[in-house]
Amino acid sequence: MVRIGTAQDASRRHRAWLADRAAAWERLAEDVRTLEGGRRASPETLLRAARAYPEAAGDLATLRRNAPASAAARSLEGLYARLHDNLLAPPGNIGQDLARLFRRDVPAIVRELRMHIVATAIGFLLAAAAGWQLVAAYPELARLFLSAETVARVERGELWTEGLLNVLPSSVLSVRIFANNIFVTIAAFCLGAVYGLGTLYIVLVNGLMLGSLLAFAAQHGLHGRLLEFVAAHGFVELSVIFVVAAAGFAVGEAIARPGHRTRAAAFRRAASRGGKLLLPCALLLVGAGFVEGYVSPDPRFPLWFRLTLGIGYWLIMAWVLCGLPTGRRRLDRVAAIQPQSGP
Amino acid sequence: MANREAPMTPTTPARAKEGPAASVASDFSAGSLRLASATGVDMTLRIAGLGGRSYAFVIDWHIRVVAAVAWIGLGNLVLFGDLLPGDGLGSPLLYGVLLPAVAIYLLYHPLLEVLMRGRTPGKRMAGLRIVTVEGRTPGPGPLLVRNLLRMVDSLPGLYAVGCVSVVATRHAVRIGDLAAGTVLVYDDAALRSRGAAAPVPNVAAERAELAAELLRRWSRLDAPARGALAARLLAPSAAEGDTLANASAAHLKAGLEALVADARPSR
Repeated sequence: MVRIGTAQDASRRHRAWLADRAAAWERLAEDVRTLEGGRRASPETLLRAARAYPEAAGDLATLRRNAPASAAARSLEGLYARLHDNLLAPPGNIGQDLARLFRRDVPAIVRELRMHIVATAIGFLLAAAAGWQLVAAYPELARLFLSAETVARVERGELWTEGLLNVLPSSVLSVRIFANNIFVTIAAFCLGAVYGLGTLYIVLVNGLMLGSLLAFAAQHGLHGRLLEFVAAHGFVELSVIFVVAAAGFAVGEAIARPGHRTRAAAFRRAASRGGKLLLPCALLLVGAGFVEGYVSPDPRFPLWFRLTLGIGYWLIMAWVLCGLPTGRRRLDRVAAIQPQSGP
Repeated sequence: MANREAPMTPTTPARAKEGPAASVASDFSAGSLRLASATGVDMTLRIAGLGGRSYAFVIDWHIRVVAAVAWIGLGNLVLFGDLLPGDGLGSPLLYGVLLPAVAIYLLYHPLLEVLMRGRTPGKRMAGLRIVTVEGRTPGPGPLLVRNLLRMVDSLPGLYAVGCVSVVATRHAVRIGDLAAGTVLVYDDAALRSRGAAAPVPNVAAERAELAAELLRRWSRLDAPARGALAARLLAPSAAEGDTLANASAAHLKAGLEALVADARPSR
């Protein structure tokens, strides 16, 4: 006599198996939460999770076969992925990551972008020269960049930067300045995603404005005082904008000319490498903002002090962005011993 | 883990193990991210579309707006004794009230995504998390880039560029995700209760449907053909050790009828 099993039997066996395995999965879920929680997991937890990894794989294969669209299969799928991630991900250490960023990645990226930086600086200076020429030829164009009140002050022989501290305290002024500068640099980088056109617009408009303002100040004999005002903070501010804009241009170039990579891969590489420059550049701009808020508008600081501060801060910037040679060599040796995965 | 006997035949591993490199291979297919693992059993992560993303974003947006406004109100109350600040932008107002509120609003996503390993409260409520294209939890760098590029995604307003990008790209990502190499996937790992985690195998329904079709055509089919078909349908649920090769037509038909009857909802 042949005994025919039924679908009900299969279902019952499947339910029994699920009930048997559910406790193990719940314990595994707890272990995964412990591993993810940032707390130091005990060796027992780690060993239990490592042993559970192939078992979970087997269970998942069974569930995919028997109940592929079930909630249990989806749950185990997600749990298995998280377990895989926790067991096989490289160890992270924020301190080491930051040290590597400042001592190896940033200098390497700046070296890679050096031609872009030079081209950006040249473009900015050409735009500034054009702005100077335009306002020298047509002084009324200065009204495009300055308010009527500011124009009136300059025509009376006063710079718009004078008396700033009477209007706003240095602390407030500094925050406003660095917040604005950081926003402009982030925009210069991000808008590179529009084939570099957004970055080009920001660089050219800023160059045009600077040239125009200098020309307008010069027409009223105020250019010396204006340069004195920018001496302490201007070197770093402009240089940082050149560096970040160069990264923005590299993003645009990656989309327009991806080379041997796919367009998406080239974009991802350029954005991730350029993005690494933003942290040091933002920190430098915060410093420049404080200099511009506390030192630049204060008439008590003489020119020699402003120039010393400006050049000194620029050298610090160069050291941060180009790297300390000894530290870089040591890290290069470490990198040669432990090659990194990925591009 | 005890009793690992599976009720039905286990699957063959989907991909042969190819050493460590196999653990990072990834492949996008219709709405999912397929990843190789060290065990040879692939992982499949379901990619979130525009709906899931929007749902999470709306929750997060409300949380950060409420948190920022609450900070402004509380800060004013503590510093100035009033919910609204007085005239003038002084240092206490700037540093104690406005800057922290702006920081709450702007740093909400990057900070929480780093601290919560690719999640925010909104994403958690929507059952989503961010992973790299290799299926890993992204580090601070990619998460920062992803959030910076919100500037482009939000152009010209209401995240129009981002929405178009999500709809147009194969794996439903916005520009920030493209730049950072990240994907938003459903986080299905939260195990349900035991009751919910015990589904009836759907193969039973399919087999019952085929059995019903075979019964309808029973009299019109040749005996050997219908016998072979019936044996194939009944084989998975045959008791261990039994053979269907010598079963009579009546027994096979009875087995098919039982299969159909069992698959019918009992209520």
